[in-house]
Amino acid sequence: MKTDAMISLRNLRVSYGEREILHGLTFDVYDGETMVILGGSGSGKSTLLRTLVGLEKPTSGEIWLKGQNIATISNAEMDKIRKKMGMSFQGGALFGSLTVGENVALPLRQHTKLEPSTIDIITRLKLNQVGLSGFENYMPSQLSGGMKKRAAVARALAMDPEILFFDEPSAGLDPIIAAGVDQLILEVKKAFHMTIIVVTHELASAFLIADRMVLVDKGHVVAIGPRDEMRASQHPRVRQFLDRVAEPAVAQELDYLQMLTDGTPR
Amino acid sequence: MRSAELTTQIGASVSNGLAYVGTLAILGERAAYYTFVAPFKGKPLRLQRAIAQAMEIGVRSLPILSLITFFNGLILALQSAYELRKFGAISYVAGAVAVSMTRELGPLLTAIVVIGRSGSAFAAEIGTMKVTEEIDALQTMAIDPVHFLVTPKFLAMILMLPCLTIWANTMGMVGGMLFGVAKADFTVGRYIQASLDSLVLRDVITGLIKSVMFGITITAVGCQEGFATRGGAEQVGRSTTRAVVLALFLVILVDLVFTSLFFFFGS
Repeated sequence: MKTDAMISLRNLRVSYGEREILHGLTFDVYDGETMVILGGSGSGKSTLLRTLVGLEKPTSGEIWLKGQNIATISNAEMDKIRKKMGMSFQGGALFGSLTVGENVALPLRQHTKLEPSTIDIITRLKLNQVGLSGFENYMPSQLSGGMKKRAAVARALAMDPEILFFDEPSAGLDPIIAAGVDQLILEVKKAFHMTIIVVTHELASAFLIADRMVLVDKGHVVAIGPRDEMRASQHPRVRQFLDRVAEPAVAQELDYLQMLTDGTPR
Repeated sequence: MRSAELTTQIGASVSNGLAYVGTLAILGERAAYYTFVAPFKGKPLRLQRAIAQAMEIGVRSLPILSLITFFNGLILALQSAYELRKFGAISYVAGAVAVSMTRELGPLLTAIVVIGRSGSAFAAEIGTMKVTEEIDALQTMAIDPVHFLVTPKFLAMILMLPCLTIWANTMGMVGGMLFGVAKADFTVGRYIQASLDSLVLRDVITGLIKSVMFGITITAVGCQEGFATRGGAEQVGRSTTRAVVLALFLVILVDLVFTSLFFFFGS
């Protein structure tokens, strides 16, 4: 595996209004690896993903992607980079007014000058890759949750991206379908050698697909490392997350009383 | 103290309102750019989509618009006859209906029907797409949501509203004619002649200019409210309501501005 950084974050900070969500993240994602961003609800992992694809602007810090700092570039330049990215959204985000085939064909129609017949062939090819051949003319509403996700992956793959992003690929799916989606990610990884970034809180899925993992908690990077290193980590916060230990309740009764009276835990 | 607080509040509301109009103007300007400039720079319009929108905005609203403007023409005739009768001038009914329809009520009623049917639909469509991350998906695919979603609506709107307005004017006069023929000793031919005699081209043109401005306003408000949707499904409902109420208010405001302009600078 090459070790060139595909994406480099340097002290990345993101805020919604007054509230800062990410408090200075620094890490690299290498070319061709599958990086899983782990984190609980409200950890900032979704914000991190949205920032990486340019949907949120950082308040400070740098994101180096293909030699450009996307924190400062213009929309037009960002769009050039976006054509080399694919994103699979949590709910699929397929366009309800278009058929599955048209959904996959959309980026090709918008950004390439290919003949419609060529686009049709590519569309069928991409749908075949995700195991949805023959579903071109279905409307997204006629697909099951798992199929929607596959169709979304096909759409993300349409432009032959160099980087593929997944937001919670197994959220809302039953274990068997979720395993199917994991399998699909592994197949994509094997077939295309692209850089894949997956945001999830599903541990089983994370350990199956990851080369490296980063645990984000309360807007900070807690730990980062190869999969097996993470599995063996003795960092208390990592262990808590991996061993699925609930957040300790307010420890002592005195603290509890104080919290009730002052509103601030000691 | 009190009055200072009051002025602060009034100031804040006014500046919020102006900021909102500013966002509408930016959205309208971008849609206009994609409609009139970008096609010549190799960014083609989604014509098929625009035609589909025009069908929805224009053709499908014809039955309800016809009915409403027909009744309104009839009401106008009845109301003006009530006053004109006192002066023995009931034959001026035709002119009264023709002028008030073309200058004011035709464009306004058309706008109100279109707000109810399409302004709300725009907000609901874009709001739902926002909630299901489809707008985000467009952006990550390097497709500008304004170009993709707003431009076809914008084009359909500025073409269809004037057409609908002409139709509304006609149906209003037909409504007036029903009264004219039944109660004011007109024949159909004489009523039409009287209507045409009382109209000048200016009346029709100013009405059509207003209708184009209404079209831009309705599109901008509907789409802006859609894009501003945050959170879940119940927010889509709220956006839709806001879009309708704001569009009604702004259309009346635009109407006032343009009517004043025509009055003071049109002579």
